[in-house]
Order: sequence, then structure tokens, then C-alpha cells
Amino acid sequence: MTRIASALRSFFMFYYEGFRTMSWWGKKVWIIIIIKLCIIFLILRLFFFSDFLNSNFNSDRERSNYVIEQLTGNK
Amino acid sequence: MIENIDLSLVNWSRAQFALTAIYHWLFVPLTLGLSFILAFMESIYVRTGDEIWKKMTKFWMTLFGINFAIGVATGLILEFEFGTNWSNYSWFVGDIFGAPLAVEGILAFFMESTFVAVMFFGWNKVGKKFHLASTWLVAIGANLSALWILVANSWMENPVGMVFNADTARNEMNSFRDVVLNPVAIDKFTHTVTSGFVLASVFVTGISAWFLLRHREEILAKKSIFIAGIFGLVSSLAVAITGDRSARTIAQVQPVKFAAMEALYDGKSEAGLTVIGVLTDSDDRIGEKKVHDVKMKIMIPKLLSIMTTGEGSGYVPGLKDLVNGNPEKGILSVREMMERGRYARQVLTDYKMAKEIGDDASVASLGAKFQEQDFINNYFRYFGYSFFDHPWQVIPSVPVTFYSFRIMVALGFFFILLFVLAIFFQRRDKLERHRWFLWISLISVPLAYLASESGWIVTEMGRQPWIIQNLMPVSVAVSNISTGAVQTTFILFAVLFTALLIAEVSIMSRQIKNGPKH
Repeated sequence: MTRIASALRSFFMFYYEGFRTMSWWGKKVWIIIIIKLCIIFLILRLFFFSDFLNSNFNSDRERSNYVIEQLTGNK
Repeated sequence: MIENIDLSLVNWSRAQFALTAIYHWLFVPLTLGLSFILAFMESIYVRTGDEIWKKMTKFWMTLFGINFAIGVATGLILEFEFGTNWSNYSWFVGDIFGAPLAVEGILAFFMESTFVAVMFFGWNKVGKKFHLASTWLVAIGANLSALWILVANSWMENPVGMVFNADTARNEMNSFRDVVLNPVAIDKFTHTVTSGFVLASVFVTGISAWFLLRHREEILAKKSIFIAGIFGLVSSLAVAITGDRSARTIAQVQPVKFAAMEALYDGKSEAGLTVIGVLTDSDDRIGEKKVHDVKMKIMIPKLLSIMTTGEGSGYVPGLKDLVNGNPEKGILSVREMMERGRYARQVLTDYKMAKEIGDDASVASLGAKFQEQDFINNYFRYFGYSFFDHPWQVIPSVPVTFYSFRIMVALGFFFILLFVLAIFFQRRDKLERHRWFLWISLISVPLAYLASESGWIVTEMGRQPWIIQNLMPVSVAVSNISTGAVQTTFILFAVLFTALLIAEVSIMSRQIKNGPKH
């Protein structure tokens, strides 16, 4: 148990020290990464990119029927 | 219904996907190639113990890190677009697209959260060999990650290893091996990653040349040019070989794209390869599509026949053969394919109706057709043609395909010359004396991006109107959403990606100006 705890502590400290001693460019790109991920997941995904079939139909059967209708229904 | 969808929705959806993919591809190839250059440099450091190689590795690793961090997750937006804008397509491809992308996602997650962290945080904290192993694993992992994306993309160009399920309207994978070993996938993977190696080598050579022009970091710059020159030259030759293989495969599985790349309208034996040419409109037409003449052309006799058939006398079909058919050469007309596709679609329609009215006998007999090889090979494989009104609609934009191909190839050969000169001048220690060469190396950096993007334009524009070759045109794949929504997100993406690009260029420029000491 202590070996596992020690390994976990080393693992945590490795990342902690890495982030703590990061260079200016490292800090800057991390800020960009966080902003970018927020825009992608909290704005684009939530407000603009809902899955069309998942949000308009409740089951795979309905989705299948819709797509078959799309494939067979024209001309 | 699809027929009610405004064409502008299709075009805006395509434009949005193109914008996202083009920006995404500005970040990816440098990651693919620079990761290996770092691995070579660090290997020399571990082997020799010479601190200059450690300094070089850390400097280029900084630029790698900036590019990697800015580019990471930009590909996720493409996946969002599949679900929102291309829902019919997403459903139709079923698990075939999902499986490779899931493997890629898992691989990327583990690679990024572990080995990239060791690369950046692990100097002096982990052993030299462990650190080196992490750098190599990042390089291999990044390139394997690309493999899965390219496997999925290649399936769209040559759908194999699947069977269509008429109940769910989805294609189901019946051979993972066929999907992964798809000849298009093998050619595309080798061609794409080696082109990434070339881009990264041009990048390293160009930045190093800038240092030499400023009389700074001369040892670092010269050694970097040597490593990039060797890696770039080997990769450039590999790009030429894999490009040749790729062209042969395209001639087999996407002959219309191949003919468009050459602006070849009339099929011929002993066909020459057009090295340079200017397209002009002629009076001739195929349906409503203009036929172009190739003026001021320089040709290599018989080369196109040799490339496609292995023989100088081989017959290469032109767009007119491929659209109107050529029974002598065993080429079906598009009209015939449209008829066969319509039959396949009628079977699907009848199957759906039989299910709705509970006609079990018809359900059984019609359902069985989707498992029969004769129906699959002679009718269902032309399913997508059923959506066209006119045969000429299968022709992509010839000028875009023709010119993009020539830009890519011309720059590819230019880079071979660049790397030969880089190695030559470096070995004779004459780099500083030839400032013209240093300037050309620096100017070549954007040209490498141009070549790389041109390659994708050939691939994606050349296969229009298909989203899945022969099975689904883009007009059928698109979701029935408002054009305004797509226009809004197009503008949002343009702003987001441009901001990311500006951030990358400015942080990278500052870091380059600071040099390796900072």
C-alpha cells in the first residue's frame, strides 16, 4: 500500500513540478488550450453542434427510418 | 426530403468542413515530422553525450510543443460537424468510421497524457534512456494516430470490408483487416506521413537558415540543417515513390479523379504525362460541364500509360470514356451505373414498404438481396449514382484538381533539390557563403504548407461529388438544417482558427527570436 501511495505521490509531484516550473511559453499555450477547449465544448458543442439525429429522434429505430426515408424518398 | 434541401446548404457545409480541415492540417504535419527530428537529435545526444545535441533537442522541442498545443483538439471540430452537418452520412457509415476514430482517440489520449508530459517535464527527472524512449514513443504514437484517421478517410474513397444493413440503413464492418489494409489507406498513410516529414524538414531548414542569415546559433543551425536535410531528402524520395503508388491506386478505384488530375478528356493509348500546362475553355462540353484544352503544355511521352498500366502502350480512359462509357475497353457508362443504382434503391424502397405492410415473404426475399454477391457487386455498388439527374454530374472541378496536383508535385521535386543543396553546402561548410540559398530555404517554409494543403485539395476536391465513393454523394449526406446556422458557425470557426494561427505564429516567432538559450 505504501509503495502504491509513494508511486502516486511521485506521479503527482512529477506533474506538479512540471507545471510549477513551466516556461513563459508553456504557461501561455496552456491558457490558449483551456480557452480553446472551453470554446469548443462549452460554446460550440452545447449551442451550435448538437447531434442532428440524436436531438431529433428518440431511438435508433426512428433514426434508421429517417435515414432510409432520406435515401429512398427522392427521385 | 433531400430534394428540398437548398444547394447553398450543401455548399456552405462543404465550405465549413474544408475551412476546418485546412486549418487543422496546418498544425498536424509539423507534429508528425518534427517529432521524429527530435527523436533523431536526442538519440545522438544520448549516444554521444554532447550537450549541443541536448540544446538542439530542447530548442526544437519548444517549437514542437507550441505547435502541438495550439493544434490539439482542432480535429474534434471535424467530428462535431459529422454529427451536426453530415448526419445522413454519419449514420450510413455506421461503425466503420467509429472504430478507427475510437482507436485513434484512445491512442492520442494515452500518448498525450503520458509521453508528451515526460518529454517536456522529464528532463533531469527521469533517466536519459527513458526520456529518449518517451520522445520516440511520441513520434511513433503521433504517426500511428494519423494512421487511424487516414484509414477512415480512405474508406470513404474506396469503401471495402463492409456489408449494408437494409434494416438499419448502416454499413456494418465485416472485415477489419480489409478496412485497415485497404490499398488506398496504405498509400494514403505512407504518402501523408512522409509529406509531413518533408514539411517538418523544410521548417527546420528554413528556421536554421534564418539563424545563419542573422549570424546567430551557427553550430545549432548547421547541425539542424544536416539532420533535416538527410531526413527531408529520404522523406522526399519516399513521397515521390508513395505518390506514384497512390496515383496507380487512384487510377483503379477513382478513375474520374485521375482523369481530372490530368485534364484528360479523351482516353488514349501511349498517353503522356502533362508536366506543365494551362487550361483554357473549349467549345466542347460533356453535358453542362465545360471541356478544357491544355495549352502550352510540356509532356513526358507515354509516362501516364506506364504509371497507370505498367506499359507504354496502355490505354488510359478520359473523362468522356468514363462518363459516356467505352464498351471496347469494358467501361460502363454513368447512365448505366445510374440505372443499376436506381434498381438497388428501388429494392431498398420495396423492402421498406414490405416491412411496413407486414409482407413477410417480400421482406425475406428482398432482404436476402443485400447479402447476395451479384446484387452487391453489380447493383448496390452503384447505389450513389441513383441520386444524379445527369451523367456529367460525376465530374469534379477539373481546373482545381489539375492545378493543385501540379503545385504539389512541382514543390515536391523542388524540395528534393533543396535538401540535396542543403546537405551539399553543409558538408562543405559553405552555407553562410550562399545567402541566396538561405533565403530560399526560409521562403520554402510557407511553400511546404502550400504543397501539403494542395495534396489534400487534390484528394478531396478530386473525389467530388462523392462523400463515399459510388455510394453516397455529398448532397445526400448533408443534414436538413438551416443554412444560416452553418454560415454562423463558418464565421465562428474562421475567427477561432485565425486567432489560434496568429497565436501560434506569434508565440513561435518570439521563441525563435529568443533562440535556444531562453
